[in-house]
Amino acid sequence: MESIAKQKIIEDLLPQKFGKAGKIWVGALLFICAIGFFAYYRQLSKGLVVTGMRDYASWGIYISNFVFFVAISLVGSLITAVLRLSDVHWSTPLTRIAEIIAVSAITFASIIIIVDMGRPDRFYNLFLHGRLQSPIVWDVIVITTYFFVSLLLLYFPMLPDLAILMKFKEKTGAGLNKIYSFLGAFWKNTPVQIHISEKAINLLSVTIIPVAFAIHTVTSWLFATTYRPGWDSTNFGAYFISGAFLVGAGGVVVAMFVFRKAYHLEKYITDSHFDKMGKVLVLLALLYLYFNVNEFLVPAFKMKKPEEEHLLGLFTGEFATVFWFAITTAMIIPILILLFKKGRKPLPAFVAGCLVVIGSWFKRYLIVTPTLLHPFLPMQDVPASYRHYFPSWEEWAIAIGSLAGALLIITLFARIFPIIPIQETITETEQHENENA
Amino acid sequence: MKTNDTSRRDFIAAGLLAGLTVAGCKSSKSNPFDSLADNQVKPSGEMVKLLGVNGEVIEVDKAFLKPVPDLPPISNEMARRGIAGKKFVMVIDLSRCKSVKACQTACNHAHQIHGGQNWIKIYPLQEAEHTAPYWQPTTCMHCDEPPCVKVCPVDATFKRQDGIVLIDSDRCIGCRFCMAACPYSTRVFNWEELELPKEVAEKPYSCETSVPQKKGTVGKCDFCPDMVRKGGLPHCVSACPNGVFMFGDMLEDTVTNGAETFRFSDLVKDKAGYRLMEDLGTKPSVYYLPPVNRNFPFENKEPQTETKKS
Repeated sequence: MESIAKQKIIEDLLPQKFGKAGKIWVGALLFICAIGFFAYYRQLSKGLVVTGMRDYASWGIYISNFVFFVAISLVGSLITAVLRLSDVHWSTPLTRIAEIIAVSAITFASIIIIVDMGRPDRFYNLFLHGRLQSPIVWDVIVITTYFFVSLLLLYFPMLPDLAILMKFKEKTGAGLNKIYSFLGAFWKNTPVQIHISEKAINLLSVTIIPVAFAIHTVTSWLFATTYRPGWDSTNFGAYFISGAFLVGAGGVVVAMFVFRKAYHLEKYITDSHFDKMGKVLVLLALLYLYFNVNEFLVPAFKMKKPEEEHLLGLFTGEFATVFWFAITTAMIIPILILLFKKGRKPLPAFVAGCLVVIGSWFKRYLIVTPTLLHPFLPMQDVPASYRHYFPSWEEWAIAIGSLAGALLIITLFARIFPIIPIQETITETEQHENENA
Repeated sequence: MKTNDTSRRDFIAAGLLAGLTVAGCKSSKSNPFDSLADNQVKPSGEMVKLLGVNGEVIEVDKAFLKPVPDLPPISNEMARRGIAGKKFVMVIDLSRCKSVKACQTACNHAHQIHGGQNWIKIYPLQEAEHTAPYWQPTTCMHCDEPPCVKVCPVDATFKRQDGIVLIDSDRCIGCRFCMAACPYSTRVFNWEELELPKEVAEKPYSCETSVPQKKGTVGKCDFCPDMVRKGGLPHCVSACPNGVFMFGDMLEDTVTNGAETFRFSDLVKDKAGYRLMEDLGTKPSVYYLPPVNRNFPFENKEPQTETKKS
């Protein structure tokens, strides 16, 4: 009886070949990436002049995209580490989804920051002449650390699954089997190995929480360590972290829904998962809203001269549409949907998750650019095009291409590896049955 | 300053000449005719008295005197260290400025800045609705606590012992963090390949001349240390017809606009000098004298620019 249940779980969760929709999806992502590559080729040959950035708006959607990627990658630590350490078991089927989102997002965060550099050919100077006093160097250090810890947190829990996968050579194919045996042939499922692996995972879970806080706090310091109105804020670290957990959790809800639909995982990602993640999202959205109130209302109460122009630009000025769009779609509407039990059903939760992710992307744009367009001294002695910022098609192509690239990594990962941990699911089902019996 | 300069030149000329003679003697041993053909100079008969290397007065035919093309370019290491025993400051007298923009033109010309970008900007400012408008030229403030230097990840922008903040365009990675950090909006970025004359573009970059500017790197006002090293003044200072800019060494306590020289401490004390955005703690090296008892009325011919509090 038990072995039949086990067999069923394995069969359900084995990686599946792409269907028609899957192939179209991958093709579309590859196409978008190719356009991004072409745009980057143009940027490399002509310089950053192909972007809409100029001396005042010297950072644009590349940097906001970077902040977005770093933010969304934080969810890996939330789901795998925070929930694991607090002994929450319902999140087990979501851990791998969260962790691959983290790994692919942090990879593209590093890529997009190189795209933003005027001289990517001199990247090695960071190692040759790096100075510890610069927050950029802190960011390089913590992002590299986070990348490797996340990768290990993806890898170690997957070892027992790789052993299972290797047994199904005829189903997965010889090519994939080579990958599995390369990555996990040493895993023999001995008690000693299991003990070491569990210890390592626990250690990594403890490690990744401060590292995750560090990556996004340091990213917020790229802005908060300057004098500019809109960035010169002690609220920034907490404001960024809370927003990061929100967008990450939103991303997980979206991914849950898509994987469940595409791979028919209704038995593993259940309505109850959406219900619980919906509650988590409400909590995180309220938290982020709280930090937003602090970030905007306190300076708006005083309306100090340098802040005034920046704040009015957001509230009622040229950025007002984007500002209120971001606040309502990233926080207010998702809260209103997910507060109700019916709103936490898979479909409405998916919609809320999409809103959170889209709103959060624009929120990052609002953090970066409007501040730069409100310098202390008025804009002077520059060409007219320097006074405004609108991303060029190359910027859009590269930014959207990087988002497509991140989705592509997640998609291909799910094609090669089980997106829901097989061994852990079996163990938990058995435990559950034992408790019932 | 001028006379000093000339005598030094002559001195160097004499030194070079001595060197040439020695070299000439050596080569004449192997092939006397070749070297003679190379240095075909007809003596003019007019003799000039020069100070020799050992302090003795020597006479040389004028025809043998050649102008020294320029002092040899200094090494990157020396450019990063700066000039010992100096602390350069600038004083900008707002009561003298009428936005002639000669400073800007001279600066752009000297540093080959094109495409509407400027290292010197001249702001029409007005503190409040009922206060008087005035012109405020800004250079790099060469802060003693430079926010740009703090954030640079690769030490491409640095502070020297003589107080000057420079950029090493051969090292800059183009992250533009310094531009975000600078509260004075003084830094510009080279967004595209610059259209420079071939002989300028081929020159090796020097931190002291900031030429040639390079694609994908940041540029800004450099206080013209190449001119200063030669005993000259920054281009903006000598270009201004109204003597707005005064430049000098704080340790000598002297600033000059070329025509007039002032004791720096007295000038700043008597005219109530101040620095921009003192509250940020950046400690600029540029001092401003308030626009009182002005030489010119304020006339803004560019109505599109709004005035704002500094």
